[in-house]
Amino acid sequence: MPVLLRHNRVRLALHELRSGERRPLLHVHGLAERSPSEVPAHLESWPGPVWALDLSGHGHSDVAVGGGYFCEALMGDVDMAIAHLGAVTIYGRGLGAYVGLLAAGGRAEQVRGAILADGPGLAGGGPTPGSPAIARTVGPPPAGGTPDPWALHELTRDPRPPDYAATFARLAAVRSGLDVAIAVVGVNRPPWLEAVVAEPGVTECSLPAALALFAPDDASVP
Amino acid sequence: MTVLAAEAATYPGARRPDRQRTVDSHGLDIAVHEWGDEAAPPVLLAHGGMDFAGTFDVFAPILAAAGLRVVSWDHRGHGDSEHAPLYSWEADLRDALAVFDSVTEDPVPVIGHSKGGSLMLQLADALPHRVSHLVNFDGLPSRRSFPDVSDHQRTKLMAQEITGWLDHRRTLVDAQRKPGTIDELAARRARMNPRLSTEWLRYLVTVGAREDPDGWRWKIDPTIRFGGFGPWRPEWSMMRLPDIGVPVLAVLGTEPDPMGWGTLPEDVLSHLPADGRLATIDGVGHFLHIEAPDKAAALALEHIL
Repeated sequence: MPVLLRHNRVRLALHELRSGERRPLLHVHGLAERSPSEVPAHLESWPGPVWALDLSGHGHSDVAVGGGYFCEALMGDVDMAIAHLGAVTIYGRGLGAYVGLLAAGGRAEQVRGAILADGPGLAGGGPTPGSPAIARTVGPPPAGGTPDPWALHELTRDPRPPDYAATFARLAAVRSGLDVAIAVVGVNRPPWLEAVVAEPGVTECSLPAALALFAPDDASVP
Repeated sequence: MTVLAAEAATYPGARRPDRQRTVDSHGLDIAVHEWGDEAAPPVLLAHGGMDFAGTFDVFAPILAAAGLRVVSWDHRGHGDSEHAPLYSWEADLRDALAVFDSVTEDPVPVIGHSKGGSLMLQLADALPHRVSHLVNFDGLPSRRSFPDVSDHQRTKLMAQEITGWLDHRRTLVDAQRKPGTIDELAARRARMNPRLSTEWLRYLVTVGAREDPDGWRWKIDPTIRFGGFGPWRPEWSMMRLPDIGVPVLAVLGTEPDPMGWGTLPEDVLSHLPADGRLATIDGVGHFLHIEAPDKAAALALEHIL
């Protein structure tokens, strides 16, 4: 059973995929995805516990009635997991990569490295708002209620200005005290991510290298 | 005991709505307020951020007296509308459209103040077939309101804002607004609305707050926080103004106001569409429909009738 956390009026499901005492790796899924039920093979090399968070409107977390999803609110979801777990390293896919970047900048002292990977929802709505549109309906939710169709609609339209994203990378680098605070392991480079990789304190590398880079090297030091 | 509308404090010219109802917007109840003859031609009013439809209690009756059915609504989490898990610009636009749909599918004149002005600008850009005339009361954000600071300073300010926001989010479960007397709530609001009279602010408390056993509380969702951060840029609103194909009237007050955008006439003139017009009202600030309701209504009526 997941741990249920409250973020305002939304209950969030936080799943323990592998227990342990060292600093956890926090898996943040992509748009319309949900937390994996076990540690994915590509994350097996992480030497500590692994947890996974269902973002608002996804997986076993609550739907936000009436929508209104935006990435900063999802950063707040991740912050609730940090409040529960303490210091973490984040592995984010797609939408989870962008949200992980925000969390790394917003809680730099407690995010000991963020790994940004390809996945659904990586690009968002682009650097600026697109043509104006107001959706009257987005169709019925799937059986089980998630992913919330409003989340899918809104989180593919949210602007992600490159300089805004770069500010979060800068905050992560400066305030974490880490030589490298962000590792970009994916192939795709939407404009916000292009700006992020140009910042000091950000590296491009393979996933195994990123996991090794952020792994706590001493079981007694989180 | 809750003060009913008829027992609310009075204010010269203020009148509570003639009808109130709710509209379902994707699972949330949005409170709709109407003044004037239900069979009269409609006009829609959109309030500003942290406000509620009751802030039109003087302005709306003037329009109703001119023969209009005046329809306003409380944005989600504001006034009598339901508190939501999340608040966003896109969601506010959807809620607005649900209210429009409840009135008519024909194009209607729309008046918006501050945030409500920017929302209606975007609605008119997205759905021009739903708007016949647009009136914008100091709802055109400009870059001028954002101080020109160094990147280093901006990053530092943003770090403080993000940390403050995240800390705030951690305290929201079962949060309530601070209770107080009518005078105390009026005094708190005066910090945001320093140009508005104590008499008006006391009146607003009786329509925008509720009386609990331990005192009055503003109805606005305690999770809504003034200010904040995000990717939004003021020019993203202003850039929509030249797109508008229906007659547009932008109105600015001439006095600086801490709640205003700081937008100057020259900022608007450069973006006005072909049928656009700018008017100013001397001696008033951001809340021009409250400070000068007769002048603001006269300008709006001249534009939409």
